[in-house]
Amino acid sequence: MARSAYDEVVLAVPVTIPYVRYSIKSAHWFLGRAMAELIAAAHIPKGRVDGLAVASFTLAPDTAVGLTQHLGLTLRWLDHIPMGGASGIVSIRRAARAVQSGDAEIVACIAGDTNHTDSFRRNAASFSQFAQDAVYPYGSGGPNASFALLTAYYMREYGAQPEDFGKLCVAQRNNALKNPSALFKKPLTLAEYLDARMIADPLRLFDCVMPCAGAEGFLVMLRKTAEQLGLRCVRLLGAIERHNAFPEDPVQYRGGWALDCAELYRQAAVEPADIDLLEAYDDYPVINVLQIEDLGFCGKGSGPDFVRAHTFEADGTFPLNTSGGQLSAGQAGAAGGHLGIVEAIRQLTGETRGARVANARLGLVSGFGMINYDRGLCSGAVVLAAA
Amino acid sequence: MASETAGRPRRKNPLLRTRQPTLPPGSRSRVALGLTAAAARGRLELQVCRGCGAVQYPPREACVSCLSHRLVWQPQDGCGVLTTETVLRSAQELFFRERVPWRVGMVRLDAGANVIAFVHKSVARAPCRVRVEAALDRAGQAVLIAVPENGRTQLSDDPKLREMTCDPRHRKILVTDGKGQLGQAVAKALAAAGADLIWIGRAEPWKKTAGFEALRELPQAAIVPLDVTDGDSVRELAGEIGAKVDILVNTAECHRTFSPASRRGVETAQLEMDVNYFGLLRLAQEFAPALKARAADGETGAVAWVNLLSIFALSNYLPHGTYAASKAAALSLSQALRAELRPAGVRVINLFPGPIDDEWDQLVMPPKISPAAVASAVVEALKGSVEDVYPGDVAQDWLARNLDNPKALERELGEPTR
Amino acid sequence: MKKQDRRAADGKLGAILSDLLASGGVRLVDLTQTLSPDFPTITLPPELGQCRPVRIEEISRYDERGPAWYWNNVSFGEHAGTHFDAPVHWISGRDRPDNCVDTLPIAHFIAPACVIDCSAQASADADFLLTVEHLAAWEKRHGRIPAGSWVLMRTDWSKRTDPVAYQNLDETGQHTPGPDPDCVRFLVDQRNVLGFGTETIGTDAGQAAHFAPPYPCHYYMHGAGKYGLQCLCNLDRLPPTGSLIVAAPLKIRAGSGSPLRVFAIVPAHATAASAK
Repeated sequence: MARSAYDEVVLAVPVTIPYVRYSIKSAHWFLGRAMAELIAAAHIPKGRVDGLAVASFTLAPDTAVGLTQHLGLTLRWLDHIPMGGASGIVSIRRAARAVQSGDAEIVACIAGDTNHTDSFRRNAASFSQFAQDAVYPYGSGGPNASFALLTAYYMREYGAQPEDFGKLCVAQRNNALKNPSALFKKPLTLAEYLDARMIADPLRLFDCVMPCAGAEGFLVMLRKTAEQLGLRCVRLLGAIERHNAFPEDPVQYRGGWALDCAELYRQAAVEPADIDLLEAYDDYPVINVLQIEDLGFCGKGSGPDFVRAHTFEADGTFPLNTSGGQLSAGQAGAAGGHLGIVEAIRQLTGETRGARVANARLGLVSGFGMINYDRGLCSGAVVLAAA
Repeated sequence: MASETAGRPRRKNPLLRTRQPTLPPGSRSRVALGLTAAAARGRLELQVCRGCGAVQYPPREACVSCLSHRLVWQPQDGCGVLTTETVLRSAQELFFRERVPWRVGMVRLDAGANVIAFVHKSVARAPCRVRVEAALDRAGQAVLIAVPENGRTQLSDDPKLREMTCDPRHRKILVTDGKGQLGQAVAKALAAAGADLIWIGRAEPWKKTAGFEALRELPQAAIVPLDVTDGDSVRELAGEIGAKVDILVNTAECHRTFSPASRRGVETAQLEMDVNYFGLLRLAQEFAPALKARAADGETGAVAWVNLLSIFALSNYLPHGTYAASKAAALSLSQALRAELRPAGVRVINLFPGPIDDEWDQLVMPPKISPAAVASAVVEALKGSVEDVYPGDVAQDWLARNLDNPKALERELGEPTR
Repeated sequence: MKKQDRRAADGKLGAILSDLLASGGVRLVDLTQTLSPDFPTITLPPELGQCRPVRIEEISRYDERGPAWYWNNVSFGEHAGTHFDAPVHWISGRDRPDNCVDTLPIAHFIAPACVIDCSAQASADADFLLTVEHLAAWEKRHGRIPAGSWVLMRTDWSKRTDPVAYQNLDETGQHTPGPDPDCVRFLVDQRNVLGFGTETIGTDAGQAAHFAPPYPCHYYMHGAGKYGLQCLCNLDRLPPTGSLIVAAPLKIRAGSGSPLRVFAIVPAHATAASAK
């Protein structure tokens, strides 16, 4: 059965609540700010928003339900998406069908987290049952060890060098220098990247994101609604998601995108070469490379060659994570997966804050997340087009 | 802080604050405790689906392949391939933060599951074949360790993993009774295993037993007065040496051969309880606090408490009925002691031998286990990473019967003519 | 006696004793070892029931278990520490009248004592046995042993403060001094004594299991309704004659004996038993 198209579904109103390293506020505060700025930027009363999709790690013990009363929202469509960095993509898929079917008219997709000094340790310690039983006892209070294992495997199998990953990190940092909201303000050289202290072999300091507090948000609606409201928007051409792909792979070296990538391009009626910018989920540089491969920009294992052959700044041959990505802007918890969507909307509506990709017409945003045990279970991607 | 060689560790600087014990993450779901139950006996067991045969890891409630709920824990050989590895150099948890760097890897078991495991330093770089074993970490929970596929690898040869053992080498050990045959065998076995100092307890010094004086020839031996039926005696010894004891092995025992009906009066049973149960309680009250305080005290910190129980503690053996009951009381108390010592990372190891080839089991038909074999099991348990040990054929047999059907065992051991 | 004479007599008893104590006319000698967990108890083969040694378990000591008080639970067998043996303790005395600690005539709790110094012989020979000949020699110097008196065998064994030396056990059993069977029979039949007392762990010698009959002191004394005192000390501070022994066991229902406080009232003019 062929999947329905996403005709007439648009995304609008990109909102970023500035990131801070630590905050005494709760997630409710950041999500509340995101809602407030969404309706302010859209010039709509709060009551106009009748759908909400939320992603957050530190909202507990609340979920999206608690937020409705906390923020005084009466809704006819509600979803709480616990899929980490894939939550943004999945929010789009859910919200798109809601507005297409008329179940909701304007869906706010928000994600945000606070960051206390012990947030990371606490979140990591209660992340999943498999992690509690089979990962933390081995010393990694977080995903670093799992991605180190993955990176070591990839490097061994496909000959990737530290310099390849370093090139991506340096390029993203260059993109971030123009982003007023990015937490990292200083340039990064390849030498600094290579000399940084080792976190878990072979991952070094600049391979790891910096957890922070913040929020991201956008609205999903039908194009006619956006026109009525006078909002700049981007069209949704295609969207895919997959969970627990390739469970037989002994070590994760490919994500679910490999299963669904052809479908994504068919839906969008475009090819990889048509894409003007890629906002990939960059919790670690190796995952960038997996997404480049699995989303069809090169073959499996050709990632290192691809990296060596391209430049990744906004004005480069393959613009990647043009606001700096999580690696240079910071990872505001679950908002890490919405960061790329919000940046893609800005690039494709011409309302960039920092580095700009010239003539950006088509963007691909990819999400990834939830190291439940030894691999990221969730993957997804959307193709967005300038309206 | 661990030395790279097996040489004698340096003396502690007495002016430095004693490091407080920290533990690796100790939470496990209930289903994952099946791993711990097997590791406590030194075995690697994983769930196997009775429907389709698939091996499961991490532990779970439904077969990953066919969704059957009929998952049973079965021993595994643990052979597989180390597919990738890393060295952790930074950690969130205090325990690991104090001990980085630490080698961790992923193993694809031949049986089909993927496991994250510690990697023993003697394992070659990935990819290579390994064997996965289960051990108990300092929190008393099961962890998996990849060792070379062939040969026998000692956990304690890897300085990082040595902490999962209670290796008697270079340690100071209290053996609470050295007069009995078992206590003497234990003292000798610990001396041969490289203990630095062995305090050997002796009650009622006017009662001589054969072989006791020979213990004085062990260079590490120090005979100390200790009567576990006398609180003052226990308190005084604890005051004198408690702060130095790394391992306590409780060999004090009163063993008589009476069933409830075969001896009028409770005097003999009271003596058995006063030694076997209350003796353990007195020792626990006086020595446990000192052990807990020194549980992280460098390479030769306090690590273990060993109880010589009896397989009879699991199910009463009528001809030694009151003795068995006192051992059952001691077993229950040792579980409480284990819970009290676990937060400090001190391990309680219980041995459940069958009838021992000594005077009190004289009338029990063979097979019987020699005191030397029990002592050897004590040393093996300390060098390994186990909590519950059933040394000898009879112990293994009765354990299997108890696991299979405890009520049937109750009947079997309750035969008056056995 | 007339009423006023009786009152006067009552007043005199207390006054006399106080005066004597105050003026040094009499002195009191404690013959009791401290009841403590360290003191050894009689050792029997392990198949038999054992006498529980003294154990002291603190209940509270001005703490959360009892804020303003200190007290203990004490446990011991009837024959632990310095203790009294009643006739019912031995099979030969089981049918005697008034043979338990709670039925003994109270008049027997104060009685004179004859102290026989065997300290030199006991230090030379741990298995030394007191014989009728020794008694004859003693009576020649100090007079006939009166009926109803305690006979106490001084060996200075109580000075062996090391429990191993006190018990003096080896693979052939215990080696401590005591009376031989003829000596006991003589004291019972010919002198009608109140009982026999020793500094050692038993009234019988350590090797008495091998005598005929075994344990003759227990056998004959208790068989005749006589008593025993064991683990005494300070006998070297008593004169050969003239002391009054106060020995009142606990009133345990049907008890066979008990630890007790035993002491001597000694006339001041009587010199200590350095004179043989």
